[in-house]
Amino acid sequence: MVGAMEIYMLLPKTNCKKCGLPTCMAFAVGLLGREKKVDECTPLIEEKKYEAKLKKLREVMAPIENASETGLIIHPERCFGCGNCVVACPVNVAAEPTRSAVGLGPESEKVILRVEDGVVVANNLKECRRFGPNKTLCNACTATCPSKAIEFV
Amino acid sequence: MAICTGCSLLCEDIVATYENGALTHVKNLCRKGHGHFQAAFTERTVPMIDGEQVTLDRAIAKAAEILKSAKSPLLYGWSNSTLEAQAAGIKLAEKLGATMDDTSSFCQGILMERILSGKIPSCTLDDVRNYADTSIFWGSDPSSSHPRHLSRFSYYPRGEKRQKSYEEERTCIVVDVRKSATARLCSNYYFRVAPGGDAQFMEAILAVLEGKIPKVGDKKKMIELGSHLKKTKWGVIFPGPGMIDSLQDKMELFERLLAKLNEITTFKVIPMVGHYNMRGFNELMLEKTGFINRVSFKGGAAAHGPEHSALVAAKTCDAALVIGSDPLSALPFCTAHALARLPLIAIDPRRSLTTDAAKVVIPSAISGLEAGGTAVRMDGVKIKFEPIIDTNLLSDEQILTRIMEAI
Repeated sequence: MVGAMEIYMLLPKTNCKKCGLPTCMAFAVGLLGREKKVDECTPLIEEKKYEAKLKKLREVMAPIENASETGLIIHPERCFGCGNCVVACPVNVAAEPTRSAVGLGPESEKVILRVEDGVVVANNLKECRRFGPNKTLCNACTATCPSKAIEFV
Repeated sequence: MAICTGCSLLCEDIVATYENGALTHVKNLCRKGHGHFQAAFTERTVPMIDGEQVTLDRAIAKAAEILKSAKSPLLYGWSNSTLEAQAAGIKLAEKLGATMDDTSSFCQGILMERILSGKIPSCTLDDVRNYADTSIFWGSDPSSSHPRHLSRFSYYPRGEKRQKSYEEERTCIVVDVRKSATARLCSNYYFRVAPGGDAQFMEAILAVLEGKIPKVGDKKKMIELGSHLKKTKWGVIFPGPGMIDSLQDKMELFERLLAKLNEITTFKVIPMVGHYNMRGFNELMLEKTGFINRVSFKGGAAAHGPEHSALVAAKTCDAALVIGSDPLSALPFCTAHALARLPLIAIDPRRSLTTDAAKVVIPSAISGLEAGGTAVRMDGVKIKFEPIIDTNLLSDEQILTRIMEAI
């Protein structure tokens, strides 16, 4: 996963404040948190000398922009379908104490993570502890993944 | 609910939907199981003799003829067959005076023998989920071989006495030659051993448990491991082929380690069986003959010994029947080469190197998907399953019964 510093290196680093933030570093953090968009950095778009940087920035930002509301990114090609995240997710455990919590596959629609067609899929992201402004930085699903198939932005 | 026969966990909570002869949607199945379920639709075998398609009746008659005229046939495979098919196979072997062996002969056999005879204490996987606070994966990588092992039983689920599970109450320890996918999950308790260094590592643990300074490994980390094992209330070791291959004839050392651990606390062992019914074959053979594998029925009585293992018998037998296995891909070249030169009969639902080289190929239904039966999970629990796809193909048991009738 790309970091704020890596994004900062692709910005003009002039601290021109045109995006509304005091520094380019703050803008990089904003991009990573998906509060800002690449197009808000006008010098990068308008000035020809930044063309290569803009292209690279769009490339590294593509997976982040495709992430879900909670910043969850699933790489299905890496997933083993082991279900560690399904059983570890505290929301799944609360929703199905007799199934997900004891290692069985979930049945109800209330769970966030479930394994379908051999790989993990996410639903009900509004229930996730990382959803909304008052989020908790829960990492039960990413910490239990043996293949780094789940990531948070 | 369907049952997955992709590995020896025999997961029972699979929801599969089939439409127009294809798998459309499936829930709770791991990637390995998903591949196994899809196998029903690709590379299926057809009845063949010498590479030419024939009718099923002719293939069965030819197989019976080969087995009947052979002086010392070998019946090999069995780990991917139901208990019913294995029982039919034992009857066939008795009738033919054949040698019978399965994959445990050079895999988990030496450990399974000790577990079935009660020398090494074992338990069920449900006990592991309910009571275990320490799971040791020694020479095994369940994330790759049994993907749902950690999530269904050994680390992540909440059990009767382990409500706080992996967050507070369970510890997962990995001893392996490489940092496997499982080792990445418990990096604080990952112990790397050199290939073949398992015996030394075992001696080091024994030394630590006896209060001595260990000779190998990081001494501080080993002492930490020793004190963790002493504090364990209910532990379980899951030895994989990595440990068994490395120990070979030094299994007494493992027995000593377990005896020592059981003096201090409770420690059980569950072998990480690969094929879905290898344990079933071992239990059935023990019940019928008194030996778990490597049995020859020549002369009427069952004889056991290393000379009857598939590796040796492949070179001495004059015909072979392979069922649900691909020895030509899996076994060492010299054994595979010896097998390939024999008149080979392959009973397999799917194409493999063995079916390509076989004189007679008999297609069978995939157990668990197209044929029902009973299998024994890696911990000894019997699980019965029903077919979920309709098929005209015969099950392994029916094929073996028909071969026996024709002899």
